[in-house]
Parts: sequence; structure tokens; C-alpha cells
Amino acid sequence: MADVNRGNRPLSPHLQIYRPQWTSMTSIFVRITGNALLISALLVVWWLAALARGPEAYGIANGVLTSWFGDLVMFLSVGGIWYHLLGGVRHLIWDSGHMLDVERSEMFGQGMVIVAVLLTVFTAVVL
Amino acid sequence: MRFMTDRKRATGLGSAKSGTQHHWHMMVSSVALVGLVPLFVFTFGRGLGMGYEEALAYYGRPFPAIIGILTLLVGFYHFKGGVQTLIEDYVHGLAGKALIIGMTCLSYAAAAIGVFAIVRIAL
Repeated sequence: MADVNRGNRPLSPHLQIYRPQWTSMTSIFVRITGNALLISALLVVWWLAALARGPEAYGIANGVLTSWFGDLVMFLSVGGIWYHLLGGVRHLIWDSGHMLDVERSEMFGQGMVIVAVLLTVFTAVVL
Repeated sequence: MRFMTDRKRATGLGSAKSGTQHHWHMMVSSVALVGLVPLFVFTFGRGLGMGYEEALAYYGRPFPAIIGILTLLVGFYHFKGGVQTLIEDYVHGLAGKALIIGMTCLSYAAAAIGVFAIVRIAL
């Protein structure tokens, strides 16, 4: 029964066909930021391991992480982690059965981006 | 008369077969990280850029050290689960399995190195 009329049925539209929406784009970026944070986490581990090893290793790790490029990577990491955190909170709220309608989901996505940017700027200013 | 409930008959028949526990573990670790991540960002951010002696003394204090250890453990556990979902979506067959095993090893190894470093600094 399962493969009767296979190939003749309409397929659900996929990414190439869908117009980008707030809900889909914010979801995709939660995935991208979450997985990209591996790089940030490994850099943090490198810094800690270098600190445990001694002044010479620490000088290199700390020097790289506080260079202009290190600053850029850390800034993007902070942005990524705030965004991913807010995305996770959104999932927890969805999982509890709230804010699931399209209008509030989209509003939530837009709010998430704004709050993530504000938190990132705040963190960069404070630190 | 059948004694099986509707739910029991449906369990395991989805395309994924299992995954409730994986989802639950992601939820539990994400709730923990909502608290840990802000604390870690601001403690680590303070330490980053300090001179060697100063940084050593700073990460030897209980609060930054404990927050650091917890964030590394829970964070890499959460990453392991998240990257597994990513791989399952895009990479199939043997390559997918190998990648999941590789990323799992990497997650635990990185967490162990980070925790060992903090313990060594603090003790």
C-alpha cells in the first residue's frame, strides 16, 4: 500500500521554493550558531589549557584571543551564544505549548534578533 | 478485546523510532545553560586578557572555576546532542555514524581537557 502512486503525488515545497520567513530563518540560525559555537568552545578550552600549562603557552593563547582577529571571533561568539540562548528559550516556551500561532512566532523571532543584538553590544561594552 | 492502548500501538512507528529521551536531555541541559551561560560569559570575559599571574589567581577562585567546569561539562554534553541532530539530518549511512562517533569523542575530550585545566589551575 505504501508505494502506490509514488512519484505522482505533489511534493511538499522545500528550501529552494519557500520564500524566507522569520520563523524559518530564525530557526536555521539557531542551528548554525549552536554548531558554530564549537569553535568558540575549543578556543576557550585552548585558553584554559594554556593557562594551566604555563606563562609561555598562556602568552600565545591570550595573545591570539585578544588580537583584532581574536576580538572579532569572540565578538561573533558572544553574539552567537546570546542568539542561540534566546532561540533555546523560545523552544522551551513552544514545547510547553505556548506562542505557537504564526503571528506570535514571527513577533518572537523579530524580538529575539533585537534582544540578541542588544545583549551582544552590552556584553562588548561591559567586557 | 484488545487491551493495548492507542498510545502503546503507536509508539515506535514514527520514522525516527526513538528520540524522546534525546529531546528531554536537550531540554534539561538547555535549562541549565540558560543560567550557566550568562555567568560564564561574564566570568570568562573578565579573565580573558589578564596577565598570566592575575589570570591564574582569578581562575583559582571558586566561583569562576566552578562556573567554568559546569559550563564546559553541560555545554559540551548539549553540543554533543545538538551536533548529532545536525549530522542525522544531512549525513546518512556509515559516514553519518562515523561523524557522530567522532563528534561525541571530540565533545568529551574537549570537556575533559578544559575541566582538567581548571582543576590544575585551582588546586
